[in-house]
Amino acid sequence: MTADAPALGVVETGEVGQPTIIAEGHVARGISNPILGMLLFITSEVMFFAGLFAAYFSTRAGNHPWPPKQFDSILNPLSLILVATVILITSSFTCQFAVWSIRRGDRTGFIRNISVTFVLGIVFLLLQAYDYSLLFGEGMTLGSGPFGTTYFTLTGFHGAHVFGGVLMLGVILYRGMAGQFSSRHHDAVEAVSLYWHFVDVVWIILFSVLYLV
Amino acid sequence: MATHALAPATTAYRPGLYEWLTTTDHKKIGIMYVINSFLFFLIGGFFALGVRAELAQPGLQIFTDEHVYNEFFSIHATVMIFLFIIPILAGLGNYIVPLMIGAPDMAFPRVNALSFWMLPLAGLLLLSGFLTQGGAAASGWTSYPPLSEVGPTKSPGPGEDLWIVAIVLIGTSSILGGINFLVTIFKMRAPGMTLFRMPIMVWTMLVTSVLVVMATPVITSALVMLFIDRNYGGHFFDPFGGGNAVLYQNIFWFYSHPAVYVMVLPAMGIVSEVLPVFSRKPLFGYKAFIFATAGIGALGFSVWAHHMFTTGSVFLPFFSLMTFLIAVPTGVKMFNWVATIFRGKLSFSTPFIFAIGFLTMFLIGGINGAFSAAVPVDFALHDTYFVVAHLHYVLFGGSVFGVFAGLYYWFPKMSGRMLDETLGKVHFVLMFVGFNLTFFPMHMLGLQGMPRRIADYASNAGWNDWNLLASIGGFIIGISILPFIWNVFISLRNGKVAGDDPWEGNTLEWATSSPPPPYNFDRLPEIRSERPVFDARHGRLTPHDEMGPA
Repeated sequence: MTADAPALGVVETGEVGQPTIIAEGHVARGISNPILGMLLFITSEVMFFAGLFAAYFSTRAGNHPWPPKQFDSILNPLSLILVATVILITSSFTCQFAVWSIRRGDRTGFIRNISVTFVLGIVFLLLQAYDYSLLFGEGMTLGSGPFGTTYFTLTGFHGAHVFGGVLMLGVILYRGMAGQFSSRHHDAVEAVSLYWHFVDVVWIILFSVLYLV
Repeated sequence: MATHALAPATTAYRPGLYEWLTTTDHKKIGIMYVINSFLFFLIGGFFALGVRAELAQPGLQIFTDEHVYNEFFSIHATVMIFLFIIPILAGLGNYIVPLMIGAPDMAFPRVNALSFWMLPLAGLLLLSGFLTQGGAAASGWTSYPPLSEVGPTKSPGPGEDLWIVAIVLIGTSSILGGINFLVTIFKMRAPGMTLFRMPIMVWTMLVTSVLVVMATPVITSALVMLFIDRNYGGHFFDPFGGGNAVLYQNIFWFYSHPAVYVMVLPAMGIVSEVLPVFSRKPLFGYKAFIFATAGIGALGFSVWAHHMFTTGSVFLPFFSLMTFLIAVPTGVKMFNWVATIFRGKLSFSTPFIFAIGFLTMFLIGGINGAFSAAVPVDFALHDTYFVVAHLHYVLFGGSVFGVFAGLYYWFPKMSGRMLDETLGKVHFVLMFVGFNLTFFPMHMLGLQGMPRRIADYASNAGWNDWNLLASIGGFIIGISILPFIWNVFISLRNGKVAGDDPWEGNTLEWATSSPPPPYNFDRLPEIRSERPVFDARHGRLTPHDEMGPA
C-alpha cells in the first residue's frame, strides 16, 4: 500500500482530502483479536477432549473391573507420574509469571520464566515417554483391551497437545529473545499462556480420572 | 458512487494465477471456496446420477459389483455434505460477511487462506480412495462401526482411512473458519454496526460458527477413535473387545445434528437478505428472527439421538420432545419470511424465485421431518427412503436453492456483471421440476418400505414406477446445471454491467463498487439501522454524510 492510500479502517467522511478516522471503535478496546481467537480455539479443544472423555466414561462403565487386574499395580499415582504432574502444574505458574513480567515490561524476567516453562514442558514430555516405555514393558499397549485403548488415546492426545504447546513456547521464547515483545505488544504471549493453562487443566482432570477416581 | 475518491491502494503486482494461489483477500478466498465447492457439487452429482441410473429399474445394470454401488452413495453424500454444502456456504459467508459489517477483511486473513486450501486437499484424499485396493469408503457418509471397522465383510481397505483423514481435515478447516468468522463479527464491525444492526446473514453465520466451533471437534474425536480402532488395534467401538458401537453413533450425531444447522442456517440467512430486497419491504420481525436463529442453534445440541431412536439405547421422550421443539423457532422464521413477502412490491428476479423455491421446499422438508420426530412413526420410517426424501427436501430443497439464490444475488457484486435472467429462470424451472420428480416419489417408496442403501430391489415389490420417476427427475436436475454454467460463462464475458447496487439492496456490500476494491470500502454510509444503504438511498442522512442515491 502506498503512503497516500487510505489505511484500512479509515473512512473519509468530511471535507475533500480530510480523511477522518471514524474507526475508533476498532482500536484496542476489550479483548484483542488473537486472544479471542485463542479462547475460541480452546473452546473447540475442550469439545474435542469432551468427546474423548465421553468415550472413556462410557467404556469404563461397560467394563469391570476397572482397571483390569493385570494393570492394577502399574497405575500407581504415587510414582513418576506424580512428579510429571507437579512439573506441569509448576510450569503453568512460571508461564503466568512470564506473562506478568512482560506486562510490566520486564523482558529479562519474561525470558527467564518462559525458558523455565519451556524446559519444564520438555521434561514432562520426556517423563511421559519414559512412563510409556515402562507400560509397554509391562505389556500394556493401545491394543490391550479397552483400558489400554482409552489410556493411551487420552494421555497420547494430551501429550500431543503438550508438544504443540512446547512448540508455541519455543516460538515466543525465540521472539522474546529477539526483543519483539513489550508491555504493550505481547498478545502472542497472552494467547500461548492461555493455551498452556488449558493443557495443564486437561492434565489435572486426566490425572484425577485415570489415577485417582 | 463516489463523487471523489481517495487514490486507491496500489497492491504489489502479482501475475494472475500466482495472485490467486497466494491471496489472503477474503473476497478472492470466498470466490475460490465457491468455485471449489461447485466443482465438488458436479462430482457429487455424478455419483448421485450413478445411483439413480442403477435404481431406475430392478436388477443390476450399471454396477456389476454392489460394493461399487456402496462406494457411490457413500462418496455422493460425503462430497455433497462436506465438500459442497458446508464449504459453499462458508465461502459465500467469507465473501459477504466482512462486506456486510463494513470490515476490510476477515480477522485472520492467512488462517482464512489455510482454511480454504485444506478443502481441495481433503477432497483429493477422499477421492483417491477409488485408486486404492478395495476402493473408496463404502460404509455410508455416517461410517458406523462395525461396518467401518477393519474386517473381511467390513471396510478392509485404505479407502475408509482416507475418508477419515479427509473428514478430519475438512473439520479442521471448518473450525478455523468458524473461529475466524466469530472474531471478525465480534471485533471488526464498522462504527455504528451494533449487533442488532447486523444483517441477518451475518447473524446466521455467527450462530453457524458457534455450532462449528463447538460441534466439529466432537466428530474429530469420534473419527480419531475410529482411526485408532482400525489401525492400532483399539477397542472403542468393538463390542467383542469391550467397546460400544452405539458410542460412535452418539458422538457422531452430537456433531452431525448441529451440522444440519450448519448446512441450513446460512441458507436461511441468504433467503432473509433476498426476500426483503425483492419485496421492497424490511424483513418482518428482525429481532424475532435473530432469537429464532439462536434458538435453533441451542436446541440443535439436544436432539442428536433422534437419529438413533431404533437403537433402543436412548431416552426416547426427551429427544422426541426436543426435536418437536425445534419446529417452533423454525416456524417463527417461516412466518417472518411469509409476512415479509405479504403485500410487498414483488419483482420476480432469479434470486427471488430461488428464495421462494427455498421457502416452499424447506416447508415440505420441515413437515416430513416432524413426522420422523414422532417415535412410533420413526420406528416405521427409519432407514427407509422416506428419510432420504426428508433430508433432500431440507438439504437440497432448502440449502441448495438458498445457495443458488445467493449466487444469483451476489454474482453481480463478485464479478461486476449481471447474470442473464432468462437462463436463470430456465435453470430454476428445470431444477425445481427435476427436484420434485426425484424426491417426492421417495416419500411413497419409504412408506412402502423400501430401505435406503440398496443397489437392487425385487421387481414385484411395487417400487418400479416411483424409482423410474425419481431417476428421470435426477437426470433433469443434472441437465438443469447446464444453463447455469452457460449463464456464468457468457455473463462473465458479455453480461450487462452491474454497477454498485443493481438490486437496490439494503446492506453494506452494495455501498461499494462491484467488484469491491481489495480493501473493500472507500467510504461507508452512516449506520443507523440494519438497512444502512436503504437509509442512504432514501435520504435518511446526517449532514456530513455524502452518500448520494446509488
